[in-house]
Amino acid sequence: MAQMTMIQAITDALRVELKNDENVLVFGEDVGQNGGVFRATEGLQKEFGEDRVFDTPLAESGIGGLAIGLALQGYRPVPEIQFFGFVYEVIDSISGQMARMRHRSGGTQNAPITVRSPFGGGVHTPELHADSLEGLMAQQPGLKVVIPSTPYDAKGLLISAIRDNDPVIYLEHMKLYRSFRGEVPEGEYTIELGKADVKREGKDVTIVTYGAMVHASLKAAEELEKTGVDVEVIDLRTVSPIDIDTILASVQKTNRVVVVQEAQRQAGIAANIAAEIQERAILDLEAPVLRVTAPDTVYPFSEAEEVWLPNYNDIIEKVNTVMNF
Amino acid sequence: MFQILNEDGKVVAKDDMPALSDEELKELMRRMVYTRILDQRSIALNRQGRLGFYAPTAGQEASQLGSHFALEKEDFILPGYRDVPQLIWHGLPLYQAFLFSKGHFHGNQMPEVNALPPQIIIGAQYVQAAGVGLGLKMRGKKAVAITYTGDGGTSQGDFYEGMNFAGAYAANNIFIVQNNGFAISVPRDKQTAAKTLAQKAIAAGIEGIQVDGMDVLAVYAATKYARERAIEGKGPMLIETITYRYGPHTMAGDDPTRYRSADLDTEWEKKDPLVRFRKFLEGKKLWSEEEENKVIEQAKEDIKEAIKKADQYPKQKVTDFISNMFETLPSNLVEQLEEYKAKESK
Repeated sequence: MAQMTMIQAITDALRVELKNDENVLVFGEDVGQNGGVFRATEGLQKEFGEDRVFDTPLAESGIGGLAIGLALQGYRPVPEIQFFGFVYEVIDSISGQMARMRHRSGGTQNAPITVRSPFGGGVHTPELHADSLEGLMAQQPGLKVVIPSTPYDAKGLLISAIRDNDPVIYLEHMKLYRSFRGEVPEGEYTIELGKADVKREGKDVTIVTYGAMVHASLKAAEELEKTGVDVEVIDLRTVSPIDIDTILASVQKTNRVVVVQEAQRQAGIAANIAAEIQERAILDLEAPVLRVTAPDTVYPFSEAEEVWLPNYNDIIEKVNTVMNF
Repeated sequence: MFQILNEDGKVVAKDDMPALSDEELKELMRRMVYTRILDQRSIALNRQGRLGFYAPTAGQEASQLGSHFALEKEDFILPGYRDVPQLIWHGLPLYQAFLFSKGHFHGNQMPEVNALPPQIIIGAQYVQAAGVGLGLKMRGKKAVAITYTGDGGTSQGDFYEGMNFAGAYAANNIFIVQNNGFAISVPRDKQTAAKTLAQKAIAAGIEGIQVDGMDVLAVYAATKYARERAIEGKGPMLIETITYRYGPHTMAGDDPTRYRSADLDTEWEKKDPLVRFRKFLEGKKLWSEEEENKVIEQAKEDIKEAIKKADQYPKQKVTDFISNMFETLPSNLVEQLEEYKAKESK
């Protein structure tokens, strides 16, 4: 076991897979000699060579197409989109093409591609760097969307994503890159995609969340404990498909749910979670499923992040509303 | 513009004449005649409602088949929606091409054929081709990725990105632009102020050439040259073929009389790739009316068989689609698979 930040765990996962499978290729803007704008690919080109880890021209759509073409030649591409706000440039390659590859070929061709990309607020990035756009990806049949919140999860989920024979969008929250260290086993291990993790057990209310909001929820849970409210925190880890079984088991125990996301209310995936719960467990509910989200405006100018992003106080407030319904 | 055969079937560039045997020359003609018949029959079958989506190809035989004839089996084709003939001559069974038209997934199940199904998103095939071309290069294969778009497609970002990526990696690529003068109703001069489309290669720093796309020998020679360069590691090339489609853009209600004059059609009919190549072969005593009729009969026979086979192919079920989504189905699809299995067994 080693103490790692999330970004170190990501680099470690990439190293494990580059070593494990000669078809794994890592490429994107500045991921080679520079080691990535966040150092996620630090040292990988030196260790594995320019044929395995390489820079591309500055064009996201081209990167997506490159990944698809390389996949058609039997490679296992792990392209990087420098910031997920730039995904608009490559939506066709992702949603219009790789997500549909297996289906449109009647199961004869596939796209074992893992698209890595940072996102998320709280670090005062310039425009269109921090936007939460996982909701767009979660609506596309043929994709899996993974969002880790801890170094341990990040490594195990990334290894699973790379080994998956269908496309996976792997989103890395920038605020979580270096904000804390956690225990990460050496060598390879996997975490099944599509499986949530109960980060904190509780019996009064369930919080379903992902990304940076996992930590805000855990902090809120600590505060709430002081007032006698016992909160269970479910970290989805994969936002598409969602692990409905873990959610339902928790709802049956607590009978109350708050869904927490950093994305705007009309975006993200919280509405989907709420819909699934009301369809499957309405008789278990003592209160409506409420959502903590950002307001429905464009991602804020950087100085305004604090007043705009959902935080643990917003979560405490919503949990109390649900408790006192 | 690079040309070997003029409209009268006379050789105007002897030194550029590709080394093709008599049998190969005849095979080229057979394929062009066959494909012209395939186009006529496809239009008729579409009108009868026995085919679905269809983009006519008449007029583009030299451009489509001359370029394909320069390829090897190991070369990978990324076709656009009008490029079904290249797939057929690369090995896609005719009945599957018809299933593609009708909208059945079996049409897209490539049988040991190095190709993708026809691409509907104009330009996407170009960026994907760069990836295939780089993959072939990295695997050390003496093979190329060839892709096709039209004149309108050169205005897309992916057109530029694809060529530029392939250029930056000196990948094994051939990019073909089939300039038939119109993108649906929009004439070529509304796409760009550039005097040629071939010169767009300059922006990617790769070689570009404009070819008479009604001259099958010129298209073949240019593609052969591009292929040899690419497999020697000299990088990609852009080929613009100047061609024409006699029919509408697609069979989905497009009416070319709204934007094209009868005079223009007549002018291009004089340039018909079949007419000039027929004259050329007859001059060499390699082609006769009898031979041509034999090809026509064969084509009609094959088409009849293929459409019958396509008609009889089992209907698609929702459970087929669900099963073709992922290697391992996620929980939502496991649930939906059960739902639809139950519906389908009723």
